[in-house]
Amino acid sequence: MNRQISYGEAIREATDQLMAESDRVYVMGLGVPDPKAIFGTTSGLEAKYGNKRVFDMPTSENAMTGVCIGSALVGMRPIMVHQRIDFLLLAFDQIVNNAAKWYSMFNGQQSVPLVIRAIVGRGWGQGPQHSQNLQAMFAHVPGLKVVAPALPADAKGMLIAAVHDEDPVLFIEHRWLHSTFGHVPTEMYDTPLGKAKIVRPGTDVSIVATSFMVIEALRAAEALARDGIEAEVVDVRSIRPIDVDGIMTSVRKTGRLVACDAAWKTGGFAGELVALAVELAFNDLRAQPIRITLPDWHTAASPIAAAMYYPTAVTIANRVAELLGKPERDAETWQLVRNAPADQPDLSFIGPF
Amino acid sequence: MLHHPKAVCGYGNRISSNAAQSAFEKVRIRYVRRIGDEAAAPPGFAFCIEYERESPQSMARQKYADDQAEKLADGLGQIRSTESPGISLYRAMARIRAIEERIAARYPEQEMRCPVHLSIGQEAIAVGISAALEPGDYVFSTHRSHAHYLAKGGDLRRFIAEIYGRAAGCCGGHGGSMHLVDLSVNMLGSTPIVGNIVPVATGVAFGSWLRNRNDVTVVYLGDGATEEGAFLESINFAALKSLPIVYVIENNFFSVYSPLDVRQPRERDAIGIARSHGIAGARGDGNDAEQVYSLAQVAVAKARSGAGPYVLELETYRWREHCGSAYDNDLGYRSVDEYEAWRARDPIATLEQRLVDAGALDARQIEDMTTEFAREIDDAFTFAHASPFPNDSEFGKVFATTVAGR
Repeated sequence: MNRQISYGEAIREATDQLMAESDRVYVMGLGVPDPKAIFGTTSGLEAKYGNKRVFDMPTSENAMTGVCIGSALVGMRPIMVHQRIDFLLLAFDQIVNNAAKWYSMFNGQQSVPLVIRAIVGRGWGQGPQHSQNLQAMFAHVPGLKVVAPALPADAKGMLIAAVHDEDPVLFIEHRWLHSTFGHVPTEMYDTPLGKAKIVRPGTDVSIVATSFMVIEALRAAEALARDGIEAEVVDVRSIRPIDVDGIMTSVRKTGRLVACDAAWKTGGFAGELVALAVELAFNDLRAQPIRITLPDWHTAASPIAAAMYYPTAVTIANRVAELLGKPERDAETWQLVRNAPADQPDLSFIGPF
Repeated sequence: MLHHPKAVCGYGNRISSNAAQSAFEKVRIRYVRRIGDEAAAPPGFAFCIEYERESPQSMARQKYADDQAEKLADGLGQIRSTESPGISLYRAMARIRAIEERIAARYPEQEMRCPVHLSIGQEAIAVGISAALEPGDYVFSTHRSHAHYLAKGGDLRRFIAEIYGRAAGCCGGHGGSMHLVDLSVNMLGSTPIVGNIVPVATGVAFGSWLRNRNDVTVVYLGDGATEEGAFLESINFAALKSLPIVYVIENNFFSVYSPLDVRQPRERDAIGIARSHGIAGARGDGNDAEQVYSLAQVAVAKARSGAGPYVLELETYRWREHCGSAYDNDLGYRSVDEYEAWRARDPIATLEQRLVDAGALDARQIEDMTTEFAREIDDAFTFAHASPFPNDSEFGKVFATTVAGR
């Protein structure tokens, strides 16, 4: 059976199954039980599991993260939810100094099985403080697992694996992924953390992408294929730990790396991929690795800025073409014309969001 | 034939009912009165084990019975038969002082290669609070954690081994003196980022609340931590959910070398802040162990009853430098007069005088205690020195669940 559900629904279903599986799982976050239910991802949970396990919280991101940590130390399995990842900066101390370190600084006597869901915004003028992707800051810290699934089936399986994991996991959702659809099995299953996935096999170039850039990379690969270029698209899925072996196997095979990251360039994850390729696959490289990222400036609110700011499938296709000595083309020639403005994922997705 | 009824009392202890049962079966002790039995526990003790032993076949067997009972109730070497609460508080404080004086004496050897934040002068708070706790209650602490750890029953050998960086340390040499932990006595950890343990402790209390348990969590924090948002955020949530937690503010008037008056307006009142959240609170003399103990009993009982959190603010004074073993009055950040005034309020000397005056303590007993502490401390330092450093393979483990990738 090929059941198609949305990424957002996949998260809701995973949470529901996790809560049914263990009464130690609870969900906390600003807006979790409100009428909008974190873009629908927590819909119906409070009615089903009660307000002791599904609840709103004071606007105290730092302390409430510590509260989740403490409860995890005595057996609970908290899922903390933030509608925007930007608010995690208020909780940096608890995440970095406590959650990430507890296991090693106390010599493995206890760990912190905490899952923090954080959503990266984009479009409709979300602006400088509502559309940052701060993944690299967190992935820099030993002891944190940072995952960013791109496909609905992975969103479900990786959320389940994250809650089953004994370590703190930052689960990053791109807002534009919530409305994407894909096949998602009905039953409960774990998708292993720390593993990348080839989502489109190819031989000429490895487009290694994170989060929403996987969607753009798949569109680009389709367009490139029409031109006889077989791009392999690797969905990173896990920012930390990085699946070095899986990703490098692809890079060695194609000899070309295009690192596509839905975050800033400098000090970011795309640079980490390039560094790994140079360190580990230097002799197999047939061209210099390249990075496609957000520019090193803050997201402007204006709809005009979105077109400048966010790389798209066209950007990727052109960079790949350039790498292979082929001419640059416009969106129409690539057959990659979007039917929605650059600050909107598609016409059905209507602001404000 | 039964004779020699005997009581073994203690506090802050690791005894569990299962352990008690099996050990007592071996020596055919007739009954155990459980922790919290007020009729059995004399004032000042969290529990009392009372037993009668059969007329023994041999003196050896009788001795075994006594040893087992004491060993059970002990864990720290601070258990004494039918000891008055005052003596127990005194003993626990004097023991901690002796341990830290030894650390101070040996710190200049440069073999304890980590910061030490000595509690010398501040022992009454840890001891008075722990005396009001049951073994299942949780404690969290700060950078100045030695007294809190020891008073809750944290293992001495593993503590000393930790500050020597050894594998046998309570954190296997990964934590140092600012990360003391002993899960066997529910001393769940300490951290040196000001205020950052407070939310974690609140979360443990929340865990108790979620699981319908009434274990009380105590978190120690300093006057500086009350300035942190983490503290204010935590008490707000604790009040919202009526969590079983006691916030113990040790106000020693300095955050490192920064006095209160450069950090807080004169009108600021931590208990008032608590009250404005609907939280009960009290202020007391943090250098009077008996007063701390009686305040703690009220606070802990209230938290345990489900009536919500409690905030205690206890004034005290750090004698030695903020970090390290020396005295630092030469730095000029506080006056010698102020320092001497607080030295005159030494919590140990104060209680000692009170007990001696009441005829409850004499020079001989004090000498015996001193000898006993020295023996225990010698043993711990010998143990620490003899312990190996961690192997290379013991470093670098950051995940409890191993997954692919790096």
